[in-house]
Amino acid sequence: MTQDIYVVIEHLRGQVAEISYVMLAAARELAKGQKGKVVAILLGKNAQGLAGNLAADRLVSFDHPALADFTSDAYQKVLADLIQKDQPRAVLFGSTSIGTDLASVLSIRLGLPLVSSCRTFSPEGKFVSQICGGKIMAEGDLPMPTALITVVPGGYKAEDGQSTQAPAITQAEVPPLESLRVTLSKYIEPETGDVDIAKESLLVSVGRGIQNQDNISLAEDLAKALGGVVSGSRPVIDQGWLATSRLVGKSGKSVKPKVYLALGISGAPEHVEGITNSDTIIAINTDPAAPIFGVAKYGAEIDLFDLIGVLTEQVKQARGG
Amino acid sequence: MNIIILVKLVPDLVEELTVDASGAALDMSWLRLIINEFDDHAIEQGILLKERGGGQVTVIAPDVEGVDDVLFTAAAKGADRLIKVKGDFSAGVNNHALSRAFATIVKGLQPDLVLTGVQANNDIDGALGPLLAGMLEMPYVGYISGITIDAAKSKVRKEYPGGLIAEMEVNLPAVLGVQAAEQPPRYVAVSKVRQVMKTSTIQEQSAPTLDPSGGPTISRMFQPEAGGRATMLSGSADEISAKLVGIFKELGVL
Repeated sequence: MTQDIYVVIEHLRGQVAEISYVMLAAARELAKGQKGKVVAILLGKNAQGLAGNLAADRLVSFDHPALADFTSDAYQKVLADLIQKDQPRAVLFGSTSIGTDLASVLSIRLGLPLVSSCRTFSPEGKFVSQICGGKIMAEGDLPMPTALITVVPGGYKAEDGQSTQAPAITQAEVPPLESLRVTLSKYIEPETGDVDIAKESLLVSVGRGIQNQDNISLAEDLAKALGGVVSGSRPVIDQGWLATSRLVGKSGKSVKPKVYLALGISGAPEHVEGITNSDTIIAINTDPAAPIFGVAKYGAEIDLFDLIGVLTEQVKQARGG
Repeated sequence: MNIIILVKLVPDLVEELTVDASGAALDMSWLRLIINEFDDHAIEQGILLKERGGGQVTVIAPDVEGVDDVLFTAAAKGADRLIKVKGDFSAGVNNHALSRAFATIVKGLQPDLVLTGVQANNDIDGALGPLLAGMLEMPYVGYISGITIDAAKSKVRKEYPGGLIAEMEVNLPAVLGVQAAEQPPRYVAVSKVRQVMKTSTIQEQSAPTLDPSGGPTISRMFQPEAGGRATMLSGSADEISAKLVGIFKELGVL
């Protein structure tokens, strides 16, 4: 049993995921109060090169061909073994495609408590989780003895989890990885669309509030008048109203336009994750409690259908057309 | 192919959410519950698999307000068997308790494949799918947006950020967390659901005592400061548009 805070480093195809740095920053905050060390856990094959700028007191590396790419079965085996042996105070996972494949299964397998979607921690050992699409925060004490935690971005800066000094690396023995039930076949590259929304300087982005496919043309008219393109949040893409290449957010693209005009987008954390690098976010929504107003610079509480036609006309007029 | 789909009902986020008198939980009395949207995708994916390869689709949900509608709607879409899990869910339960309640029933049904939504908006102690996988000692893969069944294996498309997909092989039986079905959840007319209500039955099974251990204790719930940072533009559509045009000019995009 130690008071150390473990961070499972996420990486994909040779790149450390940003959430790993956010988790290291969070772990430092926690470790202060628990008087423990921050320990980075790195699973991979010849992946030690990724350790260079991780702000950890030390790093434990598991090196094995079966760990070269993430698969839930192999990663769970290694982590279950490690957590059981070391019994750290807490283990941080990303609230991501990788982290959520691990944390819940380990909670059951090891009989350890789990808190998900944590955004911030206090040195006294309290967590604040973000639920209900960012509309409700839940606070509590980190459960004992070892708390498994999934972390969402937004509470800590990635820079605070980076260091110019590499942590001391310990090579750990990999437990037997046989008869794995999950294997990677191949990666499929993202569809390249007609436009790259990550490079556009003005995005008119639509959410569930756009209601149906026919209304997409209203957003296209406005985008055209403004010299921008249309993008969307997950529900719009899942309905097939816009191409996958237009998806903004956690599972889509992170965008950085001069202006991000969000129409009928509530601002769920998964969406907000992809727009924080926008220069100016403007939100139009009928719900005054929509979390999007918490990240927007300007907002208007109005039905987008009452606004969009009028706005398009006024933009055209301003352009002199 | 014996496919089981686990469904959870969650707060409708369109409604106003309030914290109850204890200050540590959502006020359930005014809460409207709807199907978790990812579970709706799981149902669609399950029915697509049945249509492609045959089999039986069973949908299981806890007995909370609105559950009958959710189950009958699933039947109208093509689910063969509906199971309602009886238990005291009135105060809300965490996913550790819910997955234990589901696990006993799912185990008895000997599934080849268990599908559920990858997440739900009120998850506070992990997600239902991987918790259940842990209990049943089945493999789990989440963030799935496509499934092909081939003998004793499933080939799945797992989503990573930026639109990257990992194609993985997962031995069956397995639990998969669905992010999006291969096509949008199908629409069924209310009249069809009503018709199904007359012909389908919902089986009831009791859950063992709900055991929430493994989830955290919440001491306080609160709403983040809404609209904390946005400067709100008010007025008619004309006035707001004029203000927006002014802002666009100021920002140099117009």
